[in-house]
Amino acid sequence: MLRRRKRTEAMFKIVGIGSLALAIGTLALLFGALVVEGASRIDWQFLTSFPSRRAMQAGVLPALVGSSLIMLVTAVVGIPLGVAAAIYLEEYARRTWLTELIEVTVTNLAGVPSIIFGLLALGLFVYILGLGASILTAGLTLALLILPVVIVTTREAIRAIPVQIREAAFALGATKWQTVSHHVLPYSAAGILTGIILSLSRAIGETAPIVTIGALTFIAFLPPAPFTDQPPFLSFEWLMSPFTVMPIQMFAWVSRPGADFASNAAAAGLLLVCMTFAMNGLAIYVRYRMRKRVSW
Amino acid sequence: MSVGQAVKCIVTASFAATLCIGSESAHADQSAMIKIDGSSTVYPLTEAVAEEFQNANRGKVRVTVGIAGTGGGFKKFCRGEIDVADASRPILKEEMALCQKNGITYYELPIAFDALTVAVSPMNTWVTSMTVEELKKIWEPSAQGKITKWNQIRSEWPDAPLILFGAGSDSGTFDYFTDAIVGKSKSSRGDYTASEDDNVLVQGIEKNKHALGYIPFAYYAAQMKKLKTVAIKGKGKPILPSAETVVKGTYQPLSRPLFIYVSETAAKRAEVKTFVEYYLTEGPKLIAEVRYIPLLDQAYGMARERFHRGVVGTGFAGEPEVGLSVEEILNRPPKQ
Repeated sequence: MLRRRKRTEAMFKIVGIGSLALAIGTLALLFGALVVEGASRIDWQFLTSFPSRRAMQAGVLPALVGSSLIMLVTAVVGIPLGVAAAIYLEEYARRTWLTELIEVTVTNLAGVPSIIFGLLALGLFVYILGLGASILTAGLTLALLILPVVIVTTREAIRAIPVQIREAAFALGATKWQTVSHHVLPYSAAGILTGIILSLSRAIGETAPIVTIGALTFIAFLPPAPFTDQPPFLSFEWLMSPFTVMPIQMFAWVSRPGADFASNAAAAGLLLVCMTFAMNGLAIYVRYRMRKRVSW
Repeated sequence: MSVGQAVKCIVTASFAATLCIGSESAHADQSAMIKIDGSSTVYPLTEAVAEEFQNANRGKVRVTVGIAGTGGGFKKFCRGEIDVADASRPILKEEMALCQKNGITYYELPIAFDALTVAVSPMNTWVTSMTVEELKKIWEPSAQGKITKWNQIRSEWPDAPLILFGAGSDSGTFDYFTDAIVGKSKSSRGDYTASEDDNVLVQGIEKNKHALGYIPFAYYAAQMKKLKTVAIKGKGKPILPSAETVVKGTYQPLSRPLFIYVSETAAKRAEVKTFVEYYLTEGPKLIAEVRYIPLLDQAYGMARERFHRGVVGTGFAGEPEVGLSVEEILNRPPKQ
């Protein structure tokens, strides 16, 4: 009897280790292949050139700039909305059938295929609001895409704060907003940030909705600069600029005839993976810093 | 950053965003831009022309090129969102109707040839040519699960499994091959290895002794040594695909012209006009570089003349036709 249970135990361990090895092995293999094929292609020329029909003269500059600017718009729009919605749902809203319904909807939205968001954005942003296939449209689309994930993770983080903290604050006469802004938010910031950055790293690899709203493939100029020499010195024209992003550039290279563009595609893939890693690394670092500061 | 600061930051940002949307229309047309979208088959070519054109103009004119597919490109084109549509087939009836509804008239300009190559592995010793009927027998929908061995096609071929590779159903290559071989667009057997990525097909065919597949000529031209091409017997002798046989029109039915469609309204803008002229004069040199097959000089001349004279409309009746020469198409009176 005992031996049988021990055997089951051992078997589960093997299955577990096996699954883990499979997952990590696949990732390592993919990453390794990208490094082998693409690492030598990444140089200053590659980072600062426009696409070209000649593989050795082609570069990722517009895609790199496009991806970064879109992430900026996505973050500026998606994060405040998502966090605010989560705070409201968690701290302010009374439990009624309506909030229940909203909750279920938000959770379901997190699982909707991204192409659906693309179709919605095509109708709403591109045609009804007339924003065109611009950086702004792409940023807003991805903001919508990450919104449910941000809301769900923020709520989880807020919920992890013990009720006693809030009660102590209320007992000292703090208003709800004071309680939230002085205590709940700072304490849960680490968890919220992790959720935000994970959702942003998902958004940066997203292709389907971006293609749907009309991202381009060949674009040999950059969006207008955000700073000008005339007052008011700030320009937001770049928001309306056409764009391309890293995954699309990569796809365009993968599907070209011949092998000469393959290393370009691998290099672009490697850059994209590095960008994601960098974002995740940032999340871990920030979380570590914030954990250190919080003490109850 | 405290929460108060964060809130301020958000408010400022959203205010700024509103401002920018408001001022957007005022700044839109500051520099000349040419918008192109459409077929991914035509893309490498338009990209090459756009690249050179921008260099020649020292960045004064900006050109953007997308790959929405021929159908997606026409949709945007007929809504007036883009200036030029890349197309790997002529415009269809529904698309003509949409253009007409929105008052978009267009120039139909052939710019290059594309051919489909039927290929086998270099290890294959028995196949040198095939007839269109044999290909049809292999690829028609009723062959699914039935035609699985080489000796079912010709009895002298080995009793070995027939392993098929072909284009995925979203690609223009698939539409064209099925139209030319089976006789009906998009009608094909389904039990073959399909990929939208033609490089994957090249690899699959190369490594498998019993493989047979079809790929665009440009992909074959890029790696000739890896594949053995099959000569196609249509009406006359079996013909191998090459620049000469395609241009002469003897490699049939698997070669087709590629087009750009230029909006008449857009062509009135100086930058679009010079771009199209540049495409039709400098394009042929660039075409060979991206491994497509240029038209005869005479055909480019006819296309240029059509553009200069302002002859709009399509030489097709909204239906794809197989086996027409470019000169024939350009000589037809165009319809709207």
